[in-house]
Amino acid sequence: MSGKIEPIVMPKWGLAMTEGTVVEWSVAEGDPVTPGQEILEIETTKLANVFEAPTGGTLRRRVAGDGETLAVGALLAVIADDDVGDDEIDAFVSGFVVEVDEDADDAAGPEPQRIDAGGRSIRYLEVGAGEAAPVVLIHGFGADLGAWMFVQPGLAETSATFALDLPGHGGSTKDVGGATLADFADTVAAFMAALGIGSAHLVGHSLGGGVAIETALRFPASVSSLSLVAPSGLGPEINGAFIQGFIEAGRRKDLKPVLQDLVADPSLISRDMVNDVLKFKRLDGVIEGLTAISEAAFGGGRQQTVLADRLGEIACPMQVIWGADDKILPVSQAEAFSGGAHILADTGHMPHMEQAAEVTRLIAALIADSA
Amino acid sequence: MSKKSYRQAINEAIYQEMERDPTVIVMGEDNAGGMGAPGEDDAWGGVLGVTKGLMPKFGRDRVLDTPISESAFIGAAAGAAATGLRPVAELMFVDFMGVCFDQIFNQAGKFRYMFGGKAVTPLVVRTMYGAGFRAASQHSQCLYPLFTHVPGLKVVTPSSPYEAKGLLIQAIRDDDPVIFFEHKVMYDDEEEVPDEPYTIPFGEANLTREGDDVTIVAIGRMVNFANEAADALEKDGISCTVVDPRTTSPLDTDTILECIEETGRLVVVDEAHPRCNMATDIAALAAQEAFGSLKAPVKMVTAPHTPVPFAPELEDAYIPTAADITAAVKEIAA
Repeated sequence: MSGKIEPIVMPKWGLAMTEGTVVEWSVAEGDPVTPGQEILEIETTKLANVFEAPTGGTLRRRVAGDGETLAVGALLAVIADDDVGDDEIDAFVSGFVVEVDEDADDAAGPEPQRIDAGGRSIRYLEVGAGEAAPVVLIHGFGADLGAWMFVQPGLAETSATFALDLPGHGGSTKDVGGATLADFADTVAAFMAALGIGSAHLVGHSLGGGVAIETALRFPASVSSLSLVAPSGLGPEINGAFIQGFIEAGRRKDLKPVLQDLVADPSLISRDMVNDVLKFKRLDGVIEGLTAISEAAFGGGRQQTVLADRLGEIACPMQVIWGADDKILPVSQAEAFSGGAHILADTGHMPHMEQAAEVTRLIAALIADSA
Repeated sequence: MSKKSYRQAINEAIYQEMERDPTVIVMGEDNAGGMGAPGEDDAWGGVLGVTKGLMPKFGRDRVLDTPISESAFIGAAAGAAATGLRPVAELMFVDFMGVCFDQIFNQAGKFRYMFGGKAVTPLVVRTMYGAGFRAASQHSQCLYPLFTHVPGLKVVTPSSPYEAKGLLIQAIRDDDPVIFFEHKVMYDDEEEVPDEPYTIPFGEANLTREGDDVTIVAIGRMVNFANEAADALEKDGISCTVVDPRTTSPLDTDTILECIEETGRLVVVDEAHPRCNMATDIAALAAQEAFGSLKAPVKMVTAPHTPVPFAPELEDAYIPTAADITAAVKEIAA
């Protein structure tokens, strides 16, 4: 009996992705691949990202060529052991049926839901299941649960994961309340309580990182581990011009350079990404909410809550992940962190999008260690 | 966020503004149902069902059926706007403007100016335009150039459901008279539209495609045809920018000129008749302000200078198509 044939299919990153384009293969037919190896780059309308081999073996067939655009679920390549015959590979490729329902609504995967948390309507996306403590993902200023689209699927393979929209963001209520890190921490705790989550591994980016630290300080029993991605709350400095520009830019050509400050490689910021941010900012109450947050959390171009000297009070395992080229929060703030600090080269303020595979691996490792 | 039709997006915009602001009222022929006839409540929602569901929610005090007398109810709406309400009046077909144009261009459109800026006229006139509905020459015209001509009026031509909802909420909140053009063939077009209220500012063009070779400026429904043409041309190696001005008054001349300067070539697409329409206006803008950037003559793709034919074959031939746009681009892109 010959070895197993593993199809590599177009992944689904984020709610809106229906197709992707193969930018470039980094392995050739006949090359050996190991699980987790980067084998190709895929571009969506939002962002380009590397795709990792889900399994090991030999890359026997590249079905999709460079530059080809294919639907989610379409066959990209075949990995199999060397003892599998070419005729078997041919038969597999020709017999492959894309497991995508014709009805787009069914193919959309998990849909966001909403729940009342402390009097606020909070939108969230639940993916995956597991016995252990679930993962709660908290996005940054101006973002939403879609920020985790490259990270959440990987974490969901072993855990239940919940990505939420903070108040004032995404599909959640636009009432931001006091809008301090502590206010948002209360919302996260209320969100977890409403879902019956006793304790969770918190993952927070930027504003959401500071919120995660506050949650661990205020509700220590609710937090199993902390993975902080370029978090706020570790020093007073912040790029105030970015916050100001993000709030004020009403047109694509004004907003694009602002968003390009988020990443090390500005070409990552696509048309659709800029349009999505503009569409979000046009919703009633969003500008008022973002302005309230910027005043409460980053008033006068300084972070108003610095928790660096209180990290010692947190008992659960922690790590910080930072891009070496972060133009929003200086990477030097990682020094406040005595535990594991992972500094990623050639990475800006969005490690979870720019280096999604590495960030997923680091978060999964801390969760495994904390179990 | 969910898929909504152009019709639903417009209905939702009015619904949410009526919920938010008690001064918003709706009036028009059969907008409430059938005045005075038992069992006729909410029977129509206007001739194509856009206002259906508003009367049961907000009542006959805020959703008014009017007589078939545009001169009376458009005038009443202008007066209501000048005295504290925010009326959304439905002029069923824009072709009927002839009997109520004084109320629009010489009254509502002049109040702010004539009263030294002390009067506001937050009036919205929703109206259907465009060919392709087999409704003959008196129900099919694209008369937005006539309104665009008049200072004091704002003129909106939404090209999709997302655009329609955000632009209509903006129109209702605007303190000046706004003529809101709905293409009757687009009512069943669908796309993702946020459930929450949002606004799209006037006078800010939207680039629906970005390219290097040719700029296509298109109005209303023609934006969709221009996108179709741009996607086809991309496969032939010609990359186009498609500009949707969103509002013909105010017109975002800065964005249009920037795009012309970047590409050096311009095609303007307008379903209106070719004399004194948006195509001639934008072509003149390019000739006056961007002449030095032009590498080829400006092309105009418009309907012919005839009434809209009733014979289906002729009506189909009358409306500009994506193929017409593709051909025009190819003529100047060489």
